[in-house]
Amino acid sequence: MQVADDTKRAETAGGAADAPPTDRLLAVAAGREVDAEVHEAVLQEPPVLEVDRFNLWYGAKQALHRITMPIPLNKVTALVGPSGCGKSTLLRSVNRLNDLVQSVRITGDMRLNGDSIYDPRMDVIDLRKRMGMVFQKPNPFPMSIYENVVYSLRIDGERNRGVLDEVCEASLRGAALWDEVKDRLQDSALGLSGGQQQRLCIARAIAAEPEVLLLDEPCSALDPIATGKVEDLIQELRGRYSVLIVTHNMQQASRTSDYTAFMYLGRLIEYGPTPDIFTKPVLRETESYVTGRFG
Amino acid sequence: MSSESSRPRRHRSAHATLSAHGEPWVWITAGSLALTIVMIVGLLAFIAVRGAATFWPVPLELVQLADGRRVLGEVTQQEPAVAARGEAAARPARRLMRSGDFAATGTHSEWIDDAAIVGTSRPEWATVVERMEGGRLHGFPKRLLHGAELVAEGPPAVWEAFTREHPAARRRVHEIRRIDKVERGSLQRELRASRLAVVRAGLDFGAGSAQQAAAAEAAERVAARVAAEERELDERTSALRDQNAGWAVEFETASGGTTTVPLDGVVRGWQPNRLSPAGRLRLYASRWAEFLADDPREANSAGGVFPAIWGTVVMTLMMALLVAPFGVLAALYLREYASRGPVTTAVRVAINNLAGVPSIVYGAFGLGFFCYGLGAGIDELFFEASLVADGQPTFGTGGLLWASLTLALLTLPVVIVATEEALSAVPNSMREGSYACGAGKWQTIRRIVLPRALPGIMTGLILAMARGAGEVAPLMLVGVKKLALDLPVDGTFPFVHPEREFMHLAYLIYDVGFQSPDSQAARPMVFTITFLLVAIIALLNVAAIGIRARLRRRYVVQQF
Repeated sequence: MQVADDTKRAETAGGAADAPPTDRLLAVAAGREVDAEVHEAVLQEPPVLEVDRFNLWYGAKQALHRITMPIPLNKVTALVGPSGCGKSTLLRSVNRLNDLVQSVRITGDMRLNGDSIYDPRMDVIDLRKRMGMVFQKPNPFPMSIYENVVYSLRIDGERNRGVLDEVCEASLRGAALWDEVKDRLQDSALGLSGGQQQRLCIARAIAAEPEVLLLDEPCSALDPIATGKVEDLIQELRGRYSVLIVTHNMQQASRTSDYTAFMYLGRLIEYGPTPDIFTKPVLRETESYVTGRFG
Repeated sequence: MSSESSRPRRHRSAHATLSAHGEPWVWITAGSLALTIVMIVGLLAFIAVRGAATFWPVPLELVQLADGRRVLGEVTQQEPAVAARGEAAARPARRLMRSGDFAATGTHSEWIDDAAIVGTSRPEWATVVERMEGGRLHGFPKRLLHGAELVAEGPPAVWEAFTREHPAARRRVHEIRRIDKVERGSLQRELRASRLAVVRAGLDFGAGSAQQAAAAEAAERVAARVAAEERELDERTSALRDQNAGWAVEFETASGGTTTVPLDGVVRGWQPNRLSPAGRLRLYASRWAEFLADDPREANSAGGVFPAIWGTVVMTLMMALLVAPFGVLAALYLREYASRGPVTTAVRVAINNLAGVPSIVYGAFGLGFFCYGLGAGIDELFFEASLVADGQPTFGTGGLLWASLTLALLTLPVVIVATEEALSAVPNSMREGSYACGAGKWQTIRRIVLPRALPGIMTGLILAMARGAGEVAPLMLVGVKKLALDLPVDGTFPFVHPEREFMHLAYLIYDVGFQSPDSQAARPMVFTITFLLVAIIALLNVAAIGIRARLRRRYVVQQF
């Protein structure tokens, strides 16, 4: 049903556009496989994460089709595409949160700094400790601000107050939240505003010094001012962390990211440096999506 | 109607039906709620008013009857005349009087037709005497005697002497009771322990063994010492008794006879007709204090209910402590670990059905499994000596532990269902957030899910406590007794005695209300005990709700 709906939408969208850009998208909608257009610049960057011919099924429905893409080290990479195209699924596959869904089946692999993520010998808890993740809706834990930030250290059994204090301050400063909460670290995190909660979640994610930071539409539940603060924060994280961000917002992708990948119906369509994708994409399909002519 | 055109009209479409506007439904739902509230408030108010009135001193009326008899008593009930209708005969107006002259009349209360009354009065010196034995006495103070010596005569003088001498006599009675209960009790326990040691030595090493001989020797030494100490106690108590002996008050009853009451046999006495308002309040407070803090007298129909209060509270708390871990762990497995499938569904349905099993079935199960199964096993393993020595089971009979366990079982479904609800209300995003930080499943449950679900779990516990505290039927089978003055938690080592039988307010209601020889006198007590039970359950609930509110503030409130 989902496929059929999307097909119809793609057709009408294509028909309405003045320059029909949808050859490849139509092919995808018809169920054919297409090659991704990956720019040379991406391949020259040293990768932190390599997605290698990755397929994923929810039960009988295939959600990701042969995704192959390197994620560059210490850069911000944005995943864009219409709803249901598999961006979040791809993100949740990186730290294997999809393992929690019973009917999921995968083939292919991903490698984090060379270590196979889907290797049966890989301990999924160790793996998740090497990554940080921030979700659509802020999800602070029901405990104090301080304990939220040092959560990943606590579950490792860290008790040294000095270490915890240091990590807490560094992470909150890193998430541009320190000045707002430094006087009430022991207050409940649930008393913070939505934007503060989301930055707290980012602080929590970077507390464990992750090798890659996964942001799943981090601003979709926030008002414009809070969104602005989180975007500024992503700018600051640039260069220090490898960030993979899913977003619906084209402006956000163009403002915050170094590289942008356009996905459609579970396939990677085009992937390149953000300025190129937004100003001179190779494919007309990408252009029509990023300029808002369909999607 | 004519003004309708000038006013802004409500626009109501011709198609808008009554059900679309829904006004009747507002009325019906609000009416149902109002009815419920009226019933609840009415019931509680009824219990509270009747329960609180029990100890209020009521005036005594002296009624002169046409046949020359005189009755002195409290009017407890009045009925208007009933006209003849069909077969039923007419009945004149009448009143029920609590006469308090059982020795002469052989009845505690009697109906008196208003027509037979010649005159009524409220004599100033009409006195109510609460006796240790023999129930109430209504009469006029006549003489106060000390042996053959006449101390005072005439109501005012007698009453003055009574108020002077009575407190000391009561103090001596309480001292005797304390010596008997505490000091003599501990000696008896010592004696029993030494006797049991002999039996145990015989069981362990064989009859006639050296060990048994040694134990027997030790037991003899203990027996000799206990006998000596008992003699000393006897001297002390008999000295106290001697001091009280001889003191007696004579009362003239309405029927003209004289009743003599030993001074130390009077719990308290008062003249309701000459009490000042402050005196009334003092008396009221002192009777409540006795009710709350003392042991029962006279087949539970007088005195206090302290052992029952203690038993109810301890049992309810123990039940909550037992049911909480079981229920929460079971619900955790069902919700967090078990995979969804027909088996889980079947288990869930079974748990819900358990909540509908009649409570007496749990009582029978508790008696069979806990008392006669587990308890008998424990007795054989650890208390064999007691079983052999005097055939007395320790755990093999009803007791606090078994009653609490039975009620824990009874309330388990409530806790499991409430906990499951609470767990499923924890947002999945929190669990995912925790997993994404590299936490394991148990770490996530312990640090995120459980704290967040705690208020909901507390709700389940509150429901369970309310249900458990008011339950009687199963308790009758597994440990509640009509009279059990040894408290399940007291000052003697090891302080908690889970094997002891105990008293319970709800059972007391049944016992006093339906098993009492003097049902008219017992009825106000029933209301008071009910009032107390409701108040205790409410208090426990308020405490639990307070804890829940605090937890909710800490873990759940989300503000933007």
